[in-house]
Amino acid sequence: MPRARKTGTTIAGIVFKDGVVLGADTRATEGDTVADKNCSKIHYLQPNMYCCGAGTAADLEMTTALMASQLELHRLNTNRQVPVVAANRMLKQMLFRYQGHIGAALVLGGVDKNGFHIYSIHPHGSTDRLPYTTMGSGSLAAMSVFEARWKPDMELEEAKQLVRDAIAGGVFNDLGSGSNIDLCVITKDGANMIRPYDVANIKGERLGKYEYKRGTTDATKIVRPIIVESQSVKMSRCVLSSAACKFFKENPGSATGSFTPGPRDFSATDRDDLLPNIGVTSLGRT
Amino acid sequence: MSILAYNGGSVVAMKGKNCVAIATDLRFGVQAQTITTDFERVFEVGPHLYIGLPGLVTDTQTVLQRLKFRIKMYEMREGRKVKPRTLMAMVQNLLYERRFGPYFVEPVIAGLDPVTKDPYICALDLIGCPCEPADFVVSGTSSESLYGMCETTWREDLEPDDLFECIGQSLINAFDRDALSGWGAVVHVIEEDKVTTRHIKSRMD
Repeated sequence: MPRARKTGTTIAGIVFKDGVVLGADTRATEGDTVADKNCSKIHYLQPNMYCCGAGTAADLEMTTALMASQLELHRLNTNRQVPVVAANRMLKQMLFRYQGHIGAALVLGGVDKNGFHIYSIHPHGSTDRLPYTTMGSGSLAAMSVFEARWKPDMELEEAKQLVRDAIAGGVFNDLGSGSNIDLCVITKDGANMIRPYDVANIKGERLGKYEYKRGTTDATKIVRPIIVESQSVKMSRCVLSSAACKFFKENPGSATGSFTPGPRDFSATDRDDLLPNIGVTSLGRT
Repeated sequence: MSILAYNGGSVVAMKGKNCVAIATDLRFGVQAQTITTDFERVFEVGPHLYIGLPGLVTDTQTVLQRLKFRIKMYEMREGRKVKPRTLMAMVQNLLYERRFGPYFVEPVIAGLDPVTKDPYICALDLIGCPCEPADFVVSGTSSESLYGMCETTWREDLEPDDLFECIGQSLINAFDRDALSGWGAVVHVIEEDKVTTRHIKSRMD
């Protein structure tokens, strides 16, 4: 069976004195291969709510995007800040409906009028509300750090350091997790995404160059200059070079005049004032 | 064997200085039997925009047709060309619509932003999870060898001619270690004012 990209992951979240801290590593894997060394696993839901994701990467991307959209509509309809319980409920009901086939394991964190909340949401739709939680393949490594050091009402810096250390536990002890550590701090004043918070792994500097001299590869070559494209009749706006715009400006109404297109100038794109009121002239590719 | 490796084929794309390159091999086979050696799996979908669709060839062709349809609909509705980032979102949605019965392709997108001229590369998995790194993307049956080659040969700010050597050698040396890819290669180097397409001779075994 083909392998979809998964995020063998370490994600975590804790409640502290003034809000919540979410953390994640930045490795995405495809089987045993590292597919992305710096991917983002902390997703936006609302200005007061973010969500870390572990599992199938496409599912996480699409689920959180869909949820962000639905929550925004909910906010607009109710005309108030969406409470975190609502996001939790919507996510779990969606995941339960898909019976675990959407491979999304989430740590949802946010601040609302009821206080500070961290939820962990499993792919089948079960959820827990906890003061500190971890998920993903590195969850055991991260949880051991929390179990040893978490306490109620921590200060901000202490909380950030604890989450960093928990994610670092996953990065260094779990093969599915790696690279950098991202954090997201949410307080009643809003969210602060810190990416990267800590670069736990720096690549060594390469001292030599593995360089192929020009002419190494024997190839037949076709150079095709990109000249201004004409637009089909159905389009309302043209993409024209500055020279073309100038020509048509100076010769209003001339749709058939001879014009040699110059190099394409995109600064003229999307500017209606520069576009001549003409039928379509075929400038074509030369 | 994975259905993604049924027909074979590989694609790689790299960023350079004010340019991008995308390259593909030319083999189309059915498992160990080679059918044709002129099958390009990289397609032009805009003036500075290319997409490579390695994987199961029937899905390569279906995805290309559906994508071209969506691009044309977009261009008529919006009255402008698609940007690379927009194309990525389009492919992402196209693939995720088939979340539980996917198209077996792993697309690679390479292009220049029509407004800012920024180089753009991106690879998606078969259900549409995008990956937009700063250096290079690989996809197809020789992706593991390609990772190795690209990781050593790629450097920042390569000029178009140097980028061609880099991507050409990376692809050839990677697919020579893959039985399912090879039989010649095509490299497109996309610059602001031109696209250079080169056909490379390689081992035919």
